[in-house]
Amino acid sequence: MSTPAVAHLQAKFDRDLCERFHYYMLLMRELEDRIENKLYRQGKVVGGCYTGRGQEAIPVGSAILSRPGDWLTPSHRDMAALLIRGITPEEILAQYMGRATGLTKGRDGNMHMGCAERHCVPIISSIGASIPIAGGLAFAMRYRGESNVVFNYSGDGASSRGDWHEGLNMAAVMNLPIVYLCNNNLFAYSTPLDKQMKIADIADRVAGYGIPSEIVNGNDVLAIYEASKRGVEHARAGKGPYFIECKTFRMSGHSAHDPADYVPNQVREEWSRKDPILMLQKYMVENLGADEQDFVDMRKRVLDKISDAVEWALEQPFPDPATLEDDVYAPA
Amino acid sequence: MAETTYVEAIRQGIWEEMERDDTVFVMGEDVAVYGGAFKITKGMLERFGELRVVDTPLAESGIVGAGTGAAINGLRPILEMQFADFMACGFDQITNFAAKCRYRWGQAIPMVIRAPAGGNIHGGPFHSQNVEMPYVHTPGLKVVQPSTAYDAKGLIKAAVRDDDPVIFLEHKYLYRSVKEELPTQDYTVPIGEAGVRREGSDISIITYGWMVHVALEAAENAAEEGISVEVLDLRTLVPLDRQAILDTAKKTNKVVLLHEDTLTGGLGGELAGIISEYAFDYLDGPLVRIAAPDTPVPFSETLERAFLPSVEDVVAKVRWLHRF
Ligand SMILES: Cc1ncc(C[n+]2csc(CCOP(=O)(O)OP(=O)(O)O)c2C)c(N)n1
Ligand SMILES: [Mg+2]
Repeated sequence: MSTPAVAHLQAKFDRDLCERFHYYMLLMRELEDRIENKLYRQGKVVGGCYTGRGQEAIPVGSAILSRPGDWLTPSHRDMAALLIRGITPEEILAQYMGRATGLTKGRDGNMHMGCAERHCVPIISSIGASIPIAGGLAFAMRYRGESNVVFNYSGDGASSRGDWHEGLNMAAVMNLPIVYLCNNNLFAYSTPLDKQMKIADIADRVAGYGIPSEIVNGNDVLAIYEASKRGVEHARAGKGPYFIECKTFRMSGHSAHDPADYVPNQVREEWSRKDPILMLQKYMVENLGADEQDFVDMRKRVLDKISDAVEWALEQPFPDPATLEDDVYAPA
Repeated sequence: MAETTYVEAIRQGIWEEMERDDTVFVMGEDVAVYGGAFKITKGMLERFGELRVVDTPLAESGIVGAGTGAAINGLRPILEMQFADFMACGFDQITNFAAKCRYRWGQAIPMVIRAPAGGNIHGGPFHSQNVEMPYVHTPGLKVVQPSTAYDAKGLIKAAVRDDDPVIFLEHKYLYRSVKEELPTQDYTVPIGEAGVRREGSDISIITYGWMVHVALEAAENAAEEGISVEVLDLRTLVPLDRQAILDTAKKTNKVVLLHEDTLTGGLGGELAGIISEYAFDYLDGPLVRIAAPDTPVPFSETLERAFLPSVEDVVAKVRWLHRF
C-alpha cells in the first residue's frame, strides 16, 4: 500500500465524502439485513419484505446530492435515499413493524414509506407509477421557477410499464427537471432481462424520447455520484430530464420469501465479487489511507445504532383500531 | 340578464378559481391551444399563459400522475380527461396513488379530475359511459355530478378548493341543453349536499345528473294523474348526503332510485341499502330501481333510446309504485 498522506492528496474523492457514502451504504445494508434475516424470520416484521442488498450505491451516490427543496421518489430498493433525507432507522423499523409511530401509522408496510416534510414520496405497489408522479413534482418546481430537481428511482421491470413510457415522454416534451436513476438489476422478480426486453440497455429505450442518458457501473458509488452530478447539473440548468442506467445485481431474492433459485450460480458468484461496499472500501484503503479497523469500528457503530432502534421500535404501540376510519378525507 | 349554459358555467368557475389562486392550473389533452374538446378551457391559454394551461401528450396515466405529483408539491391541478371513458387508462394512478395518499402518509391531494360523461349524444360504447361507480367505490375520492348550470359552477369551485381528489363528472348532454341566470358574486355549492328539485308528498325519486331532468319531467306528467312526486338531486355521490336521502324517504314512504348508469352495481343498490337499513319502518312499498340495462352503451339511435331510462319508464314505475 502506498503511503496514506500522498494517496490522500491524489484521490479524486475526499475521505469525508467517502465516509458518508460508506456510512449510508452500511447502514442500509445492516438495517435491511436485520429486518429481513432477523425480524422477519422472528415474525416481528410481517408482510412483504424487499431489500436493496447489492444496490446500495445507487441511492447513496445520488441522493447525497439532493438539496432540501428537491424531491425524491425512491423505489423499494432505495432505503438509503430515505436515510440520507433524515428519515431515521427508528421510523423505518416502526413502519416495518406496523406501529402507530411508523411513517404511515401502520396503514401501509415495508418500503411503502415517505414523508412530505423530507420530500420523499412513498411508492405504491404498482411498479412504474412513480414516473408520472415525478413529472408532476418537477412541473410544480418549474411552475414556481425553482432550480430544484426530482430524483426518481425505478427498476428494469418498470421500464415495460405504460406509465414509465408516458412519464418519460411527458417529462421530455415538457423539459422537466428530473434525474432518473434506473437500477437494472437483471431481474424483475424472477423475470430475467432477456424476457423483459429485446435490447440489453434500458438507455436505448430512453433515446426514443430524446432524453440524454448514460450507463454506469451500478455497484460503484463513485461512478454513480459523478453521473448523478452531471444529471443534476443538467436538470438544474433547465435542460430537462436526464437518465442514468445503473447496471447492478439484486444480491437477495425478490423478497424475503424468495430463495431466487432461478438466478444461475455463476451470475451470483460473479456479482458477489462486485459488492458495492467492498468496492468502496477497497478505494478507501488504496487511496484514502483507511484500514480494516476503520471499517470494523464503523460497522459496530452502525450495528449499535440499529440495535437501539430495534429496541425502541419494539416498544412502540400498534395503531388503535378506533383510528381505522380516520384520514380517508380531509377534516370537515 | 343573459342565461349561462352548463358548459359556460364550468368554464367560468375554473376561470374564477384561476384568478383567485395562482396555484390552480389546468392540464390535459388539447386544453391549451385548442381550448379543450368541449371548449371548457377556451381562452384560458391567452389569459393565464402556457405554464398554467398545459397541453399534454396522449397519456391519461401520465396526466393523472403528473397532477398528483404537482398536488403533492403544492399546486392545485384541474385535470381534463377528454372523455370520462378514458379515465380507465389512468385508473391505477387515480385509485392506487391519488386516492390513498392521505390515508397512507397524511398527504393532501387537492386535485380535480374533470370528465365529460354520459350518453344521449350518440357517442356509442366509448364516448357515453357513466363511469362513476369504480370511483364511488374507492375510499379517498370524492365524486360529484352537477345537473344544473348553477350547480356546475358552484361545484367546480368547491372541488377546486377541496383538499381531497375530486372526480368531477360533467354530463355531456347537459353542456348546452340547460342554462339559467347565475349570480354575479362568488359562490360555491358544498360538496356532500343534495338538493330537493321539486317538493312532493307521494313518491320520491332520488337521482343525479341528466336523470334529474328526466325525473322532473316525469313528475310533471305524474302530477297530471294526481301523483305528487318529490325529486332529490344528489349532486354529490361521495360523500352521500344520507340525511337528505333518509328525509325524503321518511317523508313520502315510497322511493324510486333512478340513474343513467347500468343497473347491476349501480348507485341505486347502495341507496336501497341505506334506506332499507335506516328507514325500513317508513316504507310503504318496495324500493324501485330504474337504470340502464347491463349492456355497453349502444350507438344506434333506436338502441340508445331503448338503453337510456326515459320519462315514460319513470312515469310507469311511479304509477306502479303509487298503487301500493
Ligand atoms: C403493476 C405491477 N405488476 C406487478 C407487480 C408485482 N411485482 C412487484 S415487484 C416486481 C418486479 C419489479 O421489477 P423491477 O422493476 O426490475 O424492480 P426490482 O424489484 O428488480 O428492483 C413485480 C412483478 C407490481 N408490484 N406492480
Ligand atoms: Mg429489476
